[in-house]
Amino acid sequence: MKFVDEFRDADLGQALAAEIVATVEPGRHYKLMEVCGGHTHTIYKYGVDDLLPENVELVHGPGCPVCVIPMGRVDDGIAVAHEDGVIFTVFGDMMRVPGSRGTLLEAKAEGADVRMVYSPLDALRIARENPEREVVFFAVGFETTAPSTALTLMRAKAEGIRNFTCFCNHVTIVPPLRALLESPDLRLDGFIGPGHVSTVVGARPFEFIPADYDKPIVISGFEPLDLLQSVHMILRQLAEGRCEVENQYKRVVPYDGNTQALRVLEEVFELRPHFEWRGLGFISHSGLKLSGAYADYDAELRFTVPGIRVADPKACQCGEVLKGVIRPWECKVFGTACTPERPIGTCMVSSEGACAAYYNFGRFAREREVV
Amino acid sequence: MCLAVPGQVVELVDEANHLARVDVAGVLRTVNIGLLDGAGPGDWVLIHVGFALSKVDEEEALATLGLLRRMGEAFEQELEDLKASAIQ
Ligand code: SF4
Repeated sequence: MKFVDEFRDADLGQALAAEIVATVEPGRHYKLMEVCGGHTHTIYKYGVDDLLPENVELVHGPGCPVCVIPMGRVDDGIAVAHEDGVIFTVFGDMMRVPGSRGTLLEAKAEGADVRMVYSPLDALRIARENPEREVVFFAVGFETTAPSTALTLMRAKAEGIRNFTCFCNHVTIVPPLRALLESPDLRLDGFIGPGHVSTVVGARPFEFIPADYDKPIVISGFEPLDLLQSVHMILRQLAEGRCEVENQYKRVVPYDGNTQALRVLEEVFELRPHFEWRGLGFISHSGLKLSGAYADYDAELRFTVPGIRVADPKACQCGEVLKGVIRPWECKVFGTACTPERPIGTCMVSSEGACAAYYNFGRFAREREVV
Repeated sequence: MCLAVPGQVVELVDEANHLARVDVAGVLRTVNIGLLDGAGPGDWVLIHVGFALSKVDEEEALATLGLLRRMGEAFEQELEDLKASAIQ
């Protein structure tokens, strides 16, 4: 209980924790998945799980965009970065994601022109400033980030910029959730739905979870109180025998999402038949590529992308962590061979990754024993 | 890159390209507001990778800023990245 005094309203936090205790059936075990890495971060930072009864377990889902990029795509990116004349632009988090032969940061040390950018629009500016060079943007992220890439490409096209392409690794949130629900090794009772991705897609796309799988989902904000309230809403649905999509984060997430953002996604991207996810394998219709109208901006068409496929390293259990099958500290290399300074797996790279969140907040030392 | 950070629109700088100057925790940067139905000076928006994703009210914005500040390192890194950004 040591963190509750840091909540925006500590009394409300205590009251919600008490209501949660009153809502659960004592003999029943509840397993709830928080889909989004931002939620994972808050949960560890504030010890939200310490406020929950023993029989309510939070497991982490696949919603950290950096964590789900497979090694082969990093290797492909590095191959493009090494091509003559290329300036390869990436988000800071992606620089340290290991491929099978090192990271983009290491490629940079070896002489590739790899530059960190905050926004795809920064990558476009670099293209404008370097007309004699080929500027490639390594696009990653869910529907939260994809509209930004889309608008950037629309701008590039409108300005007739020819030396800018996108190596597209955008993914969509619904297919991996469906894959998890289909997976036999996981029994979940409900979902804490992702807040930011839902500002774009809305709450509607999650209706299949109650409709097809009889599980509740509550779209949640990022404050510790939001998370407690969302957990309470899920448990109440279960107690009352309801299952539906509820929106705890109404103050930011409209049920229908951001229609403007959805329109630009529609214009610039199309679904790939398959996309590989780190640890989860190939998932149908889960990745985006540039649509025919934007083919000139597709790095996979302009450059020879090797299309490397490599198995995750043996020691790495990111797949199990991303599926919520094991908790981060149960991975054999957690905190020993795999640390944020020298990550083996992706979940240790971004601060939103479950392993990094665990490690950074020293949670592994005081975690209750696993049974 | 995963964070969405609140900022307050100060002025529109390039309406054709939907660019606005936004104050993010004291850092003034150019941000694209083309994903919104419209935003003007004084509006609070949630910013992700240089784009405003949604409008929020002031109370929500300030609460989120408080939460991010307490997050420490991840937020400081985001602000550092933002400072290096020069969207045109
Ligand atoms: S400790 Fe490292 S290798 Fe193991 S699951 Fe976490 S990130 Fe992956």
